[in-house]
Amino acid sequence: MKKAVLKTLALSVVLASGAQAADLNPAVVFDMGGKFDKSFNQSVYDGMERFKGESGVNYREFEVTNASQREQAIRRFAQRGANPIISVGFAQAAAVDVVAGENPDVNITLIDMVVDKPNVQSVVFKEEQGSFLVGLLAAMKSETGTVSFVGGMDIPLIRKFACGYAQGAKYANPNATVISNMTGTTPSAWNDPAKGTELAVSQFDRGSDVVFAAAGGTGVGVYQAAADSGKYAIGVDSNQNYMHPGTMLTSMVKRVDVAAYNSLKAMQDGTWQGGFQSLGLAEGGVDWALDEHNAALITDEMKAAVEAAKQAIISGELTVHDYMSDNSCPALD
Amino acid sequence: MSKRAKLPVWADVALIPLINVSLAFLAAGVVVALIGENPLAAVEVLVRGAFGYDEGVGYTLYYTTNFIFTGLAVAVAFHAGLFNIGGEGQAYIGGLGVGLVCLALDHLMPWWMLLPIAIGAGMLFGAAWAFIPGYLQAYRGSHVVITTIMFNFIASALMVYLLVNVLIKPGQMAPETRDIAEGASLPLMHELFAQFGIKITQTPLNLSIFVALIAAFLVWVLIWRTRWGYAIRMIGHNESAAVYSGINPKKMVVVAMAISGSLAGLVAINEVMGAQGRIVLDFVAGSGFTGIAVALMGRNHPVGIILASLLFGALFQGGAELAFEFSTITRDLVVVIQGLVILFCGALAYMMRAPLERLFGLVGARANKSEEAR
Repeated sequence: MKKAVLKTLALSVVLASGAQAADLNPAVVFDMGGKFDKSFNQSVYDGMERFKGESGVNYREFEVTNASQREQAIRRFAQRGANPIISVGFAQAAAVDVVAGENPDVNITLIDMVVDKPNVQSVVFKEEQGSFLVGLLAAMKSETGTVSFVGGMDIPLIRKFACGYAQGAKYANPNATVISNMTGTTPSAWNDPAKGTELAVSQFDRGSDVVFAAAGGTGVGVYQAAADSGKYAIGVDSNQNYMHPGTMLTSMVKRVDVAAYNSLKAMQDGTWQGGFQSLGLAEGGVDWALDEHNAALITDEMKAAVEAAKQAIISGELTVHDYMSDNSCPALD
Repeated sequence: MSKRAKLPVWADVALIPLINVSLAFLAAGVVVALIGENPLAAVEVLVRGAFGYDEGVGYTLYYTTNFIFTGLAVAVAFHAGLFNIGGEGQAYIGGLGVGLVCLALDHLMPWWMLLPIAIGAGMLFGAAWAFIPGYLQAYRGSHVVITTIMFNFIASALMVYLLVNVLIKPGQMAPETRDIAEGASLPLMHELFAQFGIKITQTPLNLSIFVALIAAFLVWVLIWRTRWGYAIRMIGHNESAAVYSGINPKKMVVVAMAISGSLAGLVAINEVMGAQGRIVLDFVAGSGFTGIAVALMGRNHPVGIILASLLFGALFQGGAELAFEFSTITRDLVVVIQGLVILFCGALAYMMRAPLERLFGLVGARANKSEEAR
């Protein structure tokens, strides 16, 4: 009861402050994966929670279940005075484009896709760079010379991960074999751990001993399979090293939480700006994860090599081919 | 047992569904109360969200349109004794037909010329996708339930492949085709109303709801007023008897499945040509499966299907509204509420029948003793 009262209070505070346009009244629209997908959406959720914890400002949220709800949800938040609105995922771009045009006073941060409107902040990531680093680590760790990749759905974004990974592996070991499989063709592919296990095991049978999963919740099954068979797995989006210490080689972190957090923080400080941000290694948008859970697995030699590659990419000495630039991946063919 | 009476028609078609829906809401109310929200407030938000203002009504009717198409599709197959679970895939492939036609011709003609062609293409593609399981059922003995489910997966695999590799608008992340040209996509309702000077909020509701209503009428004509309809019902009731009356059951199984698939394919008129204006990934979003519940609840009759579609449309829209208003109610609870309605109206549809028959028997006996004597 007390909780309910507090909640109403908090809500009325949020609603009341919505009257002034400049005030902070954040909202987030999660995409189909749902906010607890242990990966991409959840990372945004973490960013929102972190801001809430620090500032005490509550936020509103919605999880879409079909394509038409994206526009509906974003528009509804805009009409209710939410500002800024965090739109999670490339699929929301069309909806953001429409709503941002209708509501020029509302600021929207779109993650993973670009919309060219003055009140839209488009944040995209150079996934290929982070994937390159973990691919390099995978090939160095591998004893068989074969590493593998499990993707969610076969969409351009996931091919971008796969392509960076393959390049990194081939950079470390030009003779490396890279096996790549996709989980499925329906959105359930993002949350199908059983299928993830199955794919990982079949890849191990084909000689792979390090597997990288970029498949949302499906990855949980991939990591489990690696732990069960004594092979190595690489996490994605969030730092997932803690899930199976000893067999989680590293994680390719993609800091969508930082993108969400920064948007709210900038709004609070009055420095929010529309425009385009592409976050790569240089900006800390993507990286490989090293913590107490995987420190024993990373040798000094590997660490030196991956840091050297990282510096080379940041300085521009080494370029990682982006699948999206020409819809092809020479390293994976 | 003598106390039981035959239910009057109005009780059968109106009272029983009404009681079932009320029971479902009662059970849903308990769930809402358990998570610490006020059930009455939740119902109010749900109903107001679905019918209380023009935007809500627009979304409700937009969902309703999809469910009418898929509900009719399931019903036609059901009359032939077939359980078509492949509405999802048939609608998805129907979207390919509608999309290809629209993308090929959208610069040549306005929407009203394009519409009949798109309807034809959607029906043809949907029918073709249902034809194969129908043929396999009739001539090869592979059960249609299994094959239609599997065809859903084949459809989604095919569509992902086409959208990612062939149809995608170059240079973008999202696997979607380019937009259908401005004048060639189906007008949304708010654009149409604007022409008459009436301003309503923008929603995805479009002209295809009229297509849905016409389709419902035509299905009624087909099933109860034509030779094919007679044959379809006949093989559904008793296949051996159908053979004796000169019907070829194999052929009719294929025909019924094709008609069923063509109706599911029409979902694409609402989604691809109307609401989205392009082919997007997974635009069917479960309508094919909801259609099964709609047909069950609507007793496979077009009027019942329209009403059941309206109920489910309201649940979808009102449910989204619930998730929007209450932070404790997530989209998963909305699925629970929808599931309860399906449980009570579909699976337990006959639970209330026996008590009600006794009640009517009791009332009837008191009112009319002579009937008791018979």
